[in-house]
Amino acid sequence: MTEQNIQLAEESLAKQSTTLNLGPTHPATHGVFQNIMEIDGERVLSTVPTIGYIHRAFEKIAERRPYYQVTPLTDRLNYCSAPINNMGWHMTIEKLIGIKTPKRVDYMRVIIMELARIADHLICNSVVAVDTGALTGFTYVFQWRELIYEIYEEICGSRLTTNIGRVGGFERNFTEVAWQKIDKFMDGFPKVMREFEALLNRNRIFMERCIGAGPISAERALNYSFTGPNLRAAGVDYDVRVAQPYSSYEDFDFKIPIGTTGDVYDRYMVRNDEIWESYKIIQQALQKIAALEQADPTQKEIFYAPESDAYHLPAKEDVYTKMEALIYHFKMIMGEVTVPVGEVYHGVEGANGEVGYYLISDGGRTPYRLHFRRPCFIYYQAYPEIVSGGLLSDAIITLSSLNVIAGELDA
Amino acid sequence: MALTNEILKQKLTDKFGEQLTEWDEQYALLTVRMPAEANLKVMQYLYEAEGFQFLTDLTAVHYPERAGEELCVVYHLHNLVENIRLRLKVYVPVEKPDVYTATKIFSGANWMERETYDNFGINFVGHPNLTRILNVDEMDYFPMRKEYQMEDPTRIDKDDEMFGRGGTI
Repeated sequence: MTEQNIQLAEESLAKQSTTLNLGPTHPATHGVFQNIMEIDGERVLSTVPTIGYIHRAFEKIAERRPYYQVTPLTDRLNYCSAPINNMGWHMTIEKLIGIKTPKRVDYMRVIIMELARIADHLICNSVVAVDTGALTGFTYVFQWRELIYEIYEEICGSRLTTNIGRVGGFERNFTEVAWQKIDKFMDGFPKVMREFEALLNRNRIFMERCIGAGPISAERALNYSFTGPNLRAAGVDYDVRVAQPYSSYEDFDFKIPIGTTGDVYDRYMVRNDEIWESYKIIQQALQKIAALEQADPTQKEIFYAPESDAYHLPAKEDVYTKMEALIYHFKMIMGEVTVPVGEVYHGVEGANGEVGYYLISDGGRTPYRLHFRRPCFIYYQAYPEIVSGGLLSDAIITLSSLNVIAGELDA
Repeated sequence: MALTNEILKQKLTDKFGEQLTEWDEQYALLTVRMPAEANLKVMQYLYEAEGFQFLTDLTAVHYPERAGEELCVVYHLHNLVENIRLRLKVYVPVEKPDVYTATKIFSGANWMERETYDNFGINFVGHPNLTRILNVDEMDYFPMRKEYQMEDPTRIDKDDEMFGRGGTI
């Protein structure tokens, strides 16, 4: 270290405030974020966020990858709810090609996407609690997040970065074990969730800590292009699942919880209520699938759209044993399937807000241009405005309750 | 009466006439090209009169073969009340990629424009802090432009044609 580095600049000696470097790797920030804060005592005067520490140039990489090879990239955006990103991407391709998926596939997707939303909200809410000093709830619900990951594992073979599903549906039908695991989760989850709520929702200490911390008005939130629970906590009932239904969300009966002040407590409560709404949606999806199968037993075998045959990877056992399947597999992986020329935007309601895919196809094997609308990236820019004037410790819980995921932030 | 693509197109045509070109309606999303010098006028009008108060997305695309208008800035606006989306495009030459910043209308455009500048080098005129955001500050090129290939150009075992594109891009 040179002497230059430890010498303070003239102006920093003269000023009355302190510069605090929070991050890039700080135990309280759950991710790689740097914030250079000007603080006066405990008050944050201003902060300058620096991002991009894990920038992996996904949009550039996607321009060289056939469509199926883009799916693993989407996993690594918001890795807490990877299945939503995977399915959003597959639905974008389906929209481009014009594939209509069968109802059973839609409902199966809804189950997985809502499970992912529950898992994501559990992480966010329990981490908010951890940052306020309450570690117990975190340990309660993480056991159940684990069960959700076991369901993914049974369906697609992986847990965190799932690469789940295919264009037109799923790679294989859900096994009996998968349905049992879903039932097990559905049976036991409400009890644990109520326990978690009993620990925090009306906990005096937790409420005192969160109410009024890091608020944002509805007007500012809209102007900052907030989406998802953070926008709804400010009082705007915009949810892509209702505004532009995809994957048959119009068939489901659920509420959109909203808050009023957009502070940490409202964000926490909106996520908390959304967990229950997601739970209700999964219940309805299970009933709807059961009704479909009862009406027509052949429905049990449907797990992808028949019209997507040219884009749907053949089953692995066929690929290893049959010549045609091997050829089709190779053709699809190398991108030798025709894709229409076109421009398509598709948005899905991710756990953090509207995850958008803006895809320009020139008919080639790879996207000509693919842009991810990443909700984290868009709302994290409001962070300086939200935390300025507040306490430093509020800035920490604001960061966790905004649920900024470094992977999604940096793409 | 609910706002539809047809009504919106009619209103915009009445207001801006010949300035708006290349109307398109792929996948039910109304798309229109506007001149670079009028982008703020169009967006201000849409914001104030038509309720497009939500900027969903802002990005750019590089078309090297379009001489004189290589870079395209794409805005996705959303009218949350009427629940209708609109895509706006601005084309600028790569030698002088000047576009007026939308940060005065949408605070959320700030980082989106910084990212677009970082990747494509679009110069958003009037932006409060147009610096790199995802890439390192020392970078002296704009990596998302098509002339920069993904693979190491010195490698001869990886032929671009094998990866979906001719070797020219």
